[in-house]
Amino acid sequence: MERSVNMERSYNKRQEAKPHIAEEWVGKIYTFICIAFLVITIFSMVYFVASKGLSTFIVNGVNAFDLITGVKWNPDIDIPQFGALPFIFGSFSTSILAAIIAAPLGFCAAVFIVELAPKFGRRFLQPVIELLAGIPSVVYGFVGLSVIVPLFRDLFPGQGIGIAAGALVLSVMILPTITTIATDALSELPAGLKEGSYALGATRWQTIYRVALPTTMPQQMTGIVLGIARAFGEALAVQMVIGNAPHIPHSLFESTSTLTSAITLSMGNTAMGSVQNNVLWSLALILMLMTFVFVFIIRFLEGRKKL
Amino acid sequence: MSAKTVDKIATGVIMCVAGFIIAVLLGLLGYILIRGVGHISWDFLTSAPESIRAGGGIGPQLFNSLFLLVLTLIITVPLGIGAGIYMSEYAKPSKLTSFIRLVVEVLSSFPSIIVGLFGLLVLVNKFGFGFSLFSGALALTIFNLPLMVRITEQGLRGVPPQQKEASFALGISKWKTIRSVLLPIATPVILSGTILAAGRIFGEAAALLFTAGMSSPRLDFTDWNPLDDRSPLNPFRPAETLAVHIWKINSEGLAPDAPQIAAGASAVLIIMVLVFNLGARALGRYMTNKFTAAK
Repeated sequence: MERSVNMERSYNKRQEAKPHIAEEWVGKIYTFICIAFLVITIFSMVYFVASKGLSTFIVNGVNAFDLITGVKWNPDIDIPQFGALPFIFGSFSTSILAAIIAAPLGFCAAVFIVELAPKFGRRFLQPVIELLAGIPSVVYGFVGLSVIVPLFRDLFPGQGIGIAAGALVLSVMILPTITTIATDALSELPAGLKEGSYALGATRWQTIYRVALPTTMPQQMTGIVLGIARAFGEALAVQMVIGNAPHIPHSLFESTSTLTSAITLSMGNTAMGSVQNNVLWSLALILMLMTFVFVFIIRFLEGRKKL
Repeated sequence: MSAKTVDKIATGVIMCVAGFIIAVLLGLLGYILIRGVGHISWDFLTSAPESIRAGGGIGPQLFNSLFLLVLTLIITVPLGIGAGIYMSEYAKPSKLTSFIRLVVEVLSSFPSIIVGLFGLLVLVNKFGFGFSLFSGALALTIFNLPLMVRITEQGLRGVPPQQKEASFALGISKWKTIRSVLLPIATPVILSGTILAAGRIFGEAAALLFTAGMSSPRLDFTDWNPLDDRSPLNPFRPAETLAVHIWKINSEGLAPDAPQIAAGASAVLIIMVLVFNLGARALGRYMTNKFTAAK
């Protein structure tokens, strides 16, 4: 008798256990669908952009080498010329120049936050810099257009638009990225390293310059590459201040274009499927390939972390 | 030069740089606010834009931005949290998992314009959603998913492992543990991260140019039926957001007061972003104090 009650109990228990198992599957399937959506999205993104971008070469017969090295961009004449080198040059020059401006500033800010004035830095400077990251890019473009461009027009020959204005706007935009990573790297530095250096009689600057900087170099580079990647893909802020003339400029203050600005400006004005439109997708493909390159550089740098 | 002098000079330079950065930010904010706030009035915030005459407002654009933000969050939050839970709780360390991590990393560093182009090709043309709020919301979802995944992972990783083990020890299933133990503890982090993401969505323009469109049909703000063409709530109508509007009037604005409108709209955008930022901070702090024993 007792045994059968026990059996009944265990039977009931098994019955009760079932909804739990069903619930487990709900969780598993739901989260899996979410991650699958993400992975499928990125694959279709790569596929669609690549197939559109490659059709310039396959369907329209444009020579890929000519596209990358040509300097003449005349898509609307009888025998259209598609030389995208000015755009590629514009993208690289603005983003690298922006990193050259922003990297020392970001490093100094990080040193200030971690070493010089941790209290004030963490409470005030760091939130301020994070706030910079939140400002929309069109607002940067607007400020660049109404402050930096007129300023450059007065100070230097030319219209004020061009690589210098673009790089300056971008440098403010990527400063938060570089600073945040530099700050994290410096604060992860083991105290023993610093204390050892101080114990040998080194000054604070010697410690920063000879110990902290070399040890955190891979992370600092990661921050800079992330900044360059962000600057490289930025579209509207640059487009507003760069002038958008499709040729390689002779000075930093002459109108030029970037990959993103060319895409932004012409995508709406060309018919889907025409060679003029397809070649813009090729520019997008170059942009995408560069993103991959940046991601792999960052991965490589992360592998070289010394801490 | 002695090492001590160099140290002093370097310290001075670093101090100056820090001061310079603060000055740049304050100058930036001050410039936008001083130039723009004077132009903000109730009329400016609610009236429709004028293409050629002066005196246009940003009413529909402001509404579009807010509506698009809500739509995007409705799609992004469940997807992002789900994917984040998978990455932090279900994914076993394997080649596949590290591959997914790489994919997420790549997606997070994709330029927003590429996401916009993908939206144009697939959402607008292939799926036939047209230039619409819905296409825009999906494009922004793609753009923000990696961020949402990272935030969720961060939040879940911050939960003390003892809490999870205690729940398992009581015989509670994994999914139930995630839902009723891990997620509530991670909520402050996830919520403040989501608000920061919302600020990003609010200011994004490049991904929207070719998905949500650059024009806004005449809206009838008395018609709240989401199926009508002129209803503001119709998700399948083209919608120019505030950020796109700023870009458009700066590059091709014909109205005589375009610079003022751009300044006013920028100020509105900045104020909203500041509200999101400070709100996220305050809420995060409040919830941490409320939910945990930390003082």
